[in-house]
Amino acid sequence: MRPLFGFTGGVKPASHKTESNQGGIVVAPLPPVLTVPLRQNAGLASRPLVQAGDRVLKGQAIAGPGGSISVAIHAPTSGTVRGIETHPIPHPSGLLAPCVVIEADGEDRWIERTPVDPYALPVEELRTRLRDAGVVGLGGAAFPSFVKTQHGPTQRIETLILNGAECEPFITCDDLLMRTQAGQILDGAAVLAHIAGAQRIVVGIEDNKPEAVAAMTAAAQRAGLLVEVVAVPTRYPAGGEKQLIRVLTGIEVPFGKLPPDYGVQCFNVATAYATARALLHGEPMISRLVTVTGNVERPGNFEVRIGTPIADLLKLAEPKADTDRNLMGGPMMGFALPTLDAPVIKATNCILAGSKAMFPAPGPEMPCIRCGSCARACPMDLQPFEMYWFSRAKILGKAQEYHLFDCIECGCCTYVCPSRIPLVDYFRFAKSEIRAREKENEAADAARQRYEFRLEREEREKQEKAAKLAAKAAETKAKLAQAGDADDKKALIAAAVARAQEQKAEEKPGVE
Amino acid sequence: MSNNSPFLRQPASVQVVMLKVLAALLPGIAVYIHFFGWAVVVQIAIASVTALVAETVMLAIRKKALKPFLTDGSALVTAWLVALTLPPIAPWWLAVLGVLIAIVVAKHLYGGLGQNPFNPAMVAFCALIVAYPQLMSQWPAVGFTDFGAQMQAVFGHRDLDAVVMATPLDALRTALHTPEARATVSGVLGSHATFGNIGGRGWEWIALGYLLGGLWLVQQRVITWHIPAAFLGTLGLASLLASLASPDQYAGPAFHVLTGGAMLGAFFIATDPVSGSTTPRGKLIFAAGLALLTWIIRVFGAYPDGIAFATLLMNICVPLIDMSTQPAVFGHKGKQP
Amino acid sequence: MLEALLVMALGSVILGGALGYASVKFRVEGDPLVEKIDAILPQTQCGQCGFPGCKPYAEAIAKGEADINCCPPGGEDGIHKLADLLGREFKPLSGEHGVEKPKSTAVIDENVCIGCTLCIQACPVDAIVGAAKQMHTVVASQCTGCELCLAPCPVNCIDMVPIPETIDNWKWKYPVFAVQKAA
Repeated sequence: MRPLFGFTGGVKPASHKTESNQGGIVVAPLPPVLTVPLRQNAGLASRPLVQAGDRVLKGQAIAGPGGSISVAIHAPTSGTVRGIETHPIPHPSGLLAPCVVIEADGEDRWIERTPVDPYALPVEELRTRLRDAGVVGLGGAAFPSFVKTQHGPTQRIETLILNGAECEPFITCDDLLMRTQAGQILDGAAVLAHIAGAQRIVVGIEDNKPEAVAAMTAAAQRAGLLVEVVAVPTRYPAGGEKQLIRVLTGIEVPFGKLPPDYGVQCFNVATAYATARALLHGEPMISRLVTVTGNVERPGNFEVRIGTPIADLLKLAEPKADTDRNLMGGPMMGFALPTLDAPVIKATNCILAGSKAMFPAPGPEMPCIRCGSCARACPMDLQPFEMYWFSRAKILGKAQEYHLFDCIECGCCTYVCPSRIPLVDYFRFAKSEIRAREKENEAADAARQRYEFRLEREEREKQEKAAKLAAKAAETKAKLAQAGDADDKKALIAAAVARAQEQKAEEKPGVE
Repeated sequence: MSNNSPFLRQPASVQVVMLKVLAALLPGIAVYIHFFGWAVVVQIAIASVTALVAETVMLAIRKKALKPFLTDGSALVTAWLVALTLPPIAPWWLAVLGVLIAIVVAKHLYGGLGQNPFNPAMVAFCALIVAYPQLMSQWPAVGFTDFGAQMQAVFGHRDLDAVVMATPLDALRTALHTPEARATVSGVLGSHATFGNIGGRGWEWIALGYLLGGLWLVQQRVITWHIPAAFLGTLGLASLLASLASPDQYAGPAFHVLTGGAMLGAFFIATDPVSGSTTPRGKLIFAAGLALLTWIIRVFGAYPDGIAFATLLMNICVPLIDMSTQPAVFGHKGKQP
Repeated sequence: MLEALLVMALGSVILGGALGYASVKFRVEGDPLVEKIDAILPQTQCGQCGFPGCKPYAEAIAKGEADINCCPPGGEDGIHKLADLLGREFKPLSGEHGVEKPKSTAVIDENVCIGCTLCIQACPVDAIVGAAKQMHTVVASQCTGCELCLAPCPVNCIDMVPIPETIDNWKWKYPVFAVQKAA
C-alpha cells in the first residue's frame, strides 16, 4: 500500500453523488443542428477547414490546430456545414464566438477510421495523431493532451497519475466511466504513459467511489498492467491536479512549475479513455460523458455529441420548475451559464441545474474579521484574507506578493467565510486585471520601441539628406568657381530653382 | 450577491462565531458569580445594553446597515469582556464609560467591525485604569455576595471599607514592593483566606472556568491552540525561571497562570482575530510577547494586572509580526528566506 | 548646562554620521525620473498633451514644465499613478487636451484609399503599411489609437473603431460590494 500524503486545508461539502450515479449511461439523441465552437481547448483556437455548403462525415476534421498549443476539431455527425457563425458558447462572459454550424443529415455516417498499434509507431507520430484526434484534458481545463506528454530537456515523466478523484460535489461522469470502461481507460493510460515515457501509472480515486475503485483494480489485474489504484480520502479539492499529485507522491508543484519538472504528469481518466478511442479505435473526440443533475427530475449521465445545445441535453433530465440557474461544472468551480443556447463542448463535464433552495443566497456580506478560516481551508497554504484585502483595494502588486497567482480558485475560502465575502471573485478580478495590465504594458513597450526606432530613422534620414545637400553645394561651388562668369551663375541658379519646384510638385502627388 | 462559484456556502457566520465566544464565557462567569455574587450579572447587563445602544448610534451616524451589524454579536463580546475585567462592585457608570470607549472610540472611530487595530475591551480597560485607578482596584472580598449591599455599591453611595480588598495579584505585589514589610512570596501566599491554594481564593476556580470554555472554543475551531498555548506557556516559563532564581521574590507559574486575567486573556482577549496576529507562527510570537509583557508589568509595574497594556503593545506589533511570519505557500516550502 | 549641550552635540554628530553613512551605503539606484514617468505613460504617441510624444511629455513633467493631467489615453488611472510617483495631488483630466475614450484602433477603408502615403508618414509607430499609389492598411496589433493619421488623410477613409470585447480580452469584473445595500 502506497503511503498517502494529504494536503492542508480543503473542505467537505455534501457530495450529492448518489442522485446521478445510480443509473447507467444514456445516449443523448442526435440533435438536428450541432454548433461546434472553434475555441474549445486551452491555448489557441482552432483554424476552420470547412466552409458553408461543405458536406462532412462523422469524425471528419472541421478545424485544424491553430498553433502549437491547439488541437483539431471534428464533425460530431455527418451532414452539411451551414457556415461559420458567431454563436453563444459556454463561457462566464456570455460573449459570442465563431462556431462551425452543422446540419445533421441523420445518417451519422463515419469517416474511415484508422486504428493504430501505438507500440509500433514512433511517439512523435502518436503525439501528432493525438493532436489531430482533438484529444484535450476532459477534467475541465481542456488543455491539449499531446502537449502534456512532452517534456523539456530538464524535465522527465516517470509517474503518470490518472485523476479519477472527481472531488466536486454532484459530478459523477468520471465515476460512471470508470465503472463501465475501466479497461479502455487503462489501455489509454498505458498509451499515454508510453508516449510520455512514464514507467508507472498511479490512479487516484476518492474513497467515496468504491465501485469505481473496484472496477479499476479488477481491470488492472486483468490486463496485467503495473497500475496502482489508490483510494484517496474524500476531501475537496483532492481532485485538483496539484493536490492529487501531492496526496499520491508527496510532491508539491508550485505555481510557475509544471509536473514534469518533478517527474510526474497527470491526466484525467476521461482523457485516457479518449486517448484509447482516438488511437486504438481511430475515433476522434466527438462526444463525451456529461452529468446532468441538481434540480432535475431524472438526474443521470449522458453520452453527448460535442455541439449539442445544452438546452436539449437539459431537457432529457427534466429540470424542475423552480430552476433559476444552470451551471456548467460543479457547484464549487463551475459557472452560471448566461444562456442555454450554448453547446456542449469538450470541457463540459456537468450541467447542474440549481434553485434558490439548493443554493440559498448567502446572508449579507460582512467585513472581514481576520478570523483565518479561509487560510485554514486553503489547499494552497495561502492567506486569502490578505490577498482579499489588497485585491479589494486594487493594490494588485501587493496581492501578487501574497502569491495571488498560486490560487487555484477552488472556492474553499469563500465556502467557509463567516463574513460571506466572495473571496474568489476578488481573486479572479485581480488576476484578470493583472493579466490585462501586463498585456497593456507589453503593447506600450512595443509602441515605445517602434516610436524610438522611427525617431532614429527620421534623424538618420535628415542627416543623410543634409550630407547630400552639402555635397551638392560643394559641387555647385566648384562649378561656379570654374565658370566665374556672371551669366553662367544666373543660369545655374535658374536651373536650381526649376529643380526645386519640380521636386516640390513631385512631393504632393494627387492632392489637387 | 455574487452569481459566481462557489455556489455552496458553509452555514457559518460572524454571528455564530461571536455567539460561540459568548457561550464559552459562561462557565467562567458561572464560577465568577458563585464567588462574587450576582453583581457580576448586573455589570454584564449594564455593559450589554450600553454596547447595543452605542453600536446602534454609531452605525446610524456612519450610515451603515443596522440589522446585520447589530445582530453580529461582536458588540456583546466586547461588552462582556469589559464587564468581566471590572470589579463587580464598580459604580455603574464605570461600565458605561468603559463600553463607550470600547465601542465608540476603539471600534467605530477606527472603521468598525474588522478594522480596529487595538482590542476594544483592552483599550477601555487601560483608559479606565489610568483615569480611575482606585475604583478599578476595589474588588470585593471573596464571599461578599450580599446582593443588596452590592447594588448599594454599584448604584448608590459607596462606603466600602469593610468589604473591599485587593486582588491576590495586587496584594502580593504591594507586599513585595514594600521593603519594610520584608515579605516573601511563600509568606504572602501562605495566607489561605486571600490566596486559596494556588492563584487566589476563588480566582483559581474562575480561571478553570475560563479554561473550560476556552478549550471548547479550540475544539469548535473558533480559535486555534497557538495563542492560548504560547501565552500560558510563556507566562509559566517566565515565572518559573524567575521563581527558581529567587523564590522569595517571584511567584511561581501556577500562581501566575491561575490568577488575575491570565486565562481570560489567553483564550478570549489575545485570541481576538481582528487585532491579533493571524499566521500560525505569528500567533505564537504574538502570544509569547504578550505573556512576557504581562509578566513584566505584573511583577515590576504599578498596575493590578498587565494583560491590558501588554495587549495594546503587542497589537501595535501585529502588522510587523504577520508580515515576517507569512507561512510558506504550497510548493514554495524550503525556499523561504 | 555644558554637559547637556555636549551630550546633545555628540548625539547629533553620531546620528548625523549614521544617517549620512546610510544614505551613501543604502542608496537606491533607480531609473531616472523621466524613465519612470515614461513607463507610466501609455506610449500612444498621440501628442494630445501638446508635446510631440510620450517621452517629451515625460521630460516636461520631470522638469516641472507640464502638469500630470494632460494625457487623455492614460486616463484617470494614469494620473493616479503619476500623482503617486511624484507625490503630487491627484487632479482630474484637463479638458483642453481631450477626453478619455475607449481604446480603439484605426481602420482604413481600403476601397476609398488612394495610396497617398500621408498616413504612413503621420503614424508615430510605423503601424501602417503600404506604398505610394498602393492601398494602405493598419497593422491592428501595433496601432496605438493615437488618431494622428485621421487628419492628414485627404479622402477621410480612416475610421477609429473601438476594440470589441471578445473571449480573449474579457475580464472578470470587480465584485459588487453589497454591505451598504443590505438592510
